Amino acid sequence: MAFRIRTGYEGDLSLFKTKQSVISYGALLLALVVAPFLLGSYFLSQIVFVLIYTIVGIGLVLLSGYAGQTSIGHAAFLAIGAYTAANAAKFGVPIYIYLPAAGLLTGLVGWLVGLPALRLHGIYLAIATFAFALIVEEILARWETVTNGNEGMMVKPAAVFGERLGEWGLYYLCIAVTIFVIVIAVNVIRSPTGRAFLALRDSETAARSMGVDSARYKTFAFALSAGMTGLAGVLYAHKLSFISPEMFTLALSIEFVMIIIIGGIASLRGAALGAIFMIMVDPVLVLIKDKLPGLIGAVTGSAMVQDKASVLLAAPGVKSLIFGLIIIFFIIYEPMGLDGRWMKVKTWFKLFPFYKPATFRRQKMYLKSERGR
Amino acid sequence: MIDFVQQTISGVAVGCVYGLIALGFVLIYKATEVVNFAQGELMMLGAFLSYTFIASLGLNYWLGFAACVVCMAVLGMAMERLVVRPILGYPQFSIVMATIGLGMVLRALAGMFWGTDDLRIETPFSKGVVHMGPLVISADNLSIIVATALLCVILYSFFRFTRMGVAMQAVSQNMLAAYYMGIPVKKMFAAIWAISAMVATTAGILLAPITFIHANLGFLGLKAFPAAVLGGFTSIPGALAGGVIIGVVETLSGFYLPEGFKDIAAYIVLLAVLLLRPQGLFGGAALKKV
Repeated sequence: MAFRIRTGYEGDLSLFKTKQSVISYGALLLALVVAPFLLGSYFLSQIVFVLIYTIVGIGLVLLSGYAGQTSIGHAAFLAIGAYTAANAAKFGVPIYIYLPAAGLLTGLVGWLVGLPALRLHGIYLAIATFAFALIVEEILARWETVTNGNEGMMVKPAAVFGERLGEWGLYYLCIAVTIFVIVIAVNVIRSPTGRAFLALRDSETAARSMGVDSARYKTFAFALSAGMTGLAGVLYAHKLSFISPEMFTLALSIEFVMIIIIGGIASLRGAALGAIFMIMVDPVLVLIKDKLPGLIGAVTGSAMVQDKASVLLAAPGVKSLIFGLIIIFFIIYEPMGLDGRWMKVKTWFKLFPFYKPATFRRQKMYLKSERGR
Repeated sequence: MIDFVQQTISGVAVGCVYGLIALGFVLIYKATEVVNFAQGELMMLGAFLSYTFIASLGLNYWLGFAACVVCMAVLGMAMERLVVRPILGYPQFSIVMATIGLGMVLRALAGMFWGTDDLRIETPFSKGVVHMGPLVISADNLSIIVATALLCVILYSFFRFTRMGVAMQAVSQNMLAAYYMGIPVKKMFAAIWAISAMVATTAGILLAPITFIHANLGFLGLKAFPAAVLGGFTSIPGALAGGVIIGVVETLSGFYLPEGFKDIAAYIVLLAVLLLRPQGLFGGAALKKV
């Protein structure tokens, strides 16, 4: 069991708390940098999607996990980033200009969406963000001069100084943007702003009576989260090289929220874990659809059962059924997500044999009144 | 002018359906502070069940109606017990996502059981029309309006005059006090979910002859949010009035405004209401106590 002994302020100010974390994150970065030399293009593009989802996840962790504001409309921010990139690339603007520009523009839109958040909380905010997302979806389909409507539009490959950014270039760009976003998030969380977010999340009334400017911090949380999602949108557009309005639906927003539910609502590491989980679901599902009927057939020894199983698994709703079950399962049984599970396992080993489940018991919050249990 | 009236009436009919779904939200929210995002899916399931009972099994319309309502009441209770009760008291965010997950599960299951084709049922009102001077109202639309009005009266008398209804009101006003008075709060929660599932089923069966029965029918539930918000989210007459307003606005904007406005008119109204009057048209301003 390792103890952290503080001998000066430098330790508290540094980004990494312990030497081990420097080593492990360094190793992870090294692995990501050399990955293209070792892995095929399929795995590379999966990693790119994981990184994009991680960026969105971090934006949502800041907004929902730390600032306590609900949003089920983040696909709209992704769309704004993506369409900004597509249009800028069309006119030959270099990516080092429109990447930050898309982030700023989306952040501005996020700030505007955050304005109603000043007067709304909880459920109303969720409904408002989702209404916003539906309206953006409709605008994307109708504003044909800019978005080319439902036909969608091709995205020109990103270019730096006239040089095309290939598959590898985009990969390293994604890594760079992800690190940038993580550093911003870490620094926001440990700054006064982050503490204000936490205070607002836990009790707005208490925070305000302590002098936290709730309007400023809530809109800032929205702008920050949206801006990050906008950056992810630029990368998303370039990765897919074709975008159309039906990619940015409510279902995508829900997938984004699933990232943080699965990973852990208030944890940056959780955002990455959740992103990996969400990207892995599809290939695993394909594998299950391929192999499971054969396995069932082998076990039961009847071809009829095997056929039944394959028909059932091929039904169009299987993915959304599994997604729904995953959401419910995590919320009821593992509310702290994969990151929480990781911490529990770690604590179990650290404290062995004195681990108590009660260490991680979740506190109940009652909105209106205490409830009979 | 006659167009306007005609459109308004069909808007009122659609709005009644929104109102009924919104009523389900409001009932559950008032009593348990949970917003059930799966309300639209309950309606969809009700419509599908009516197809099974009436079209496949060949039951009489009214008998099938009753069977659906009973089945869905049981399902509503099961949902409350299995998914919602374990997470009561946790942050709104978790509960919202859990009910969204529930909706996804129900939608997927419906798609698996009933397929993805459009289904329809025959009702005693199909094909009938009622002439009122120059106006022509289809019997389906009229049946929705009449049934909604009837349901309102039933619900009103239930909450006003029955012992159980009064107990539910007590639970929704102050759960702890209700608990101390010996009201079985948990049973009331189950009953509230059953009632709102029944209301949703009624909406689904009434709607079935107008739109086809389809696994995506549940998305109509999303249109009921503007209705509930407009009505203040805690007011039963408010939810119905909100539904009617949303229905009329939607139909009229589909008729008079350029294409595309019909689908988002409800949400534009919603955002406007949230910005200008977050407590809704009928809700009183409430201060949150610490």
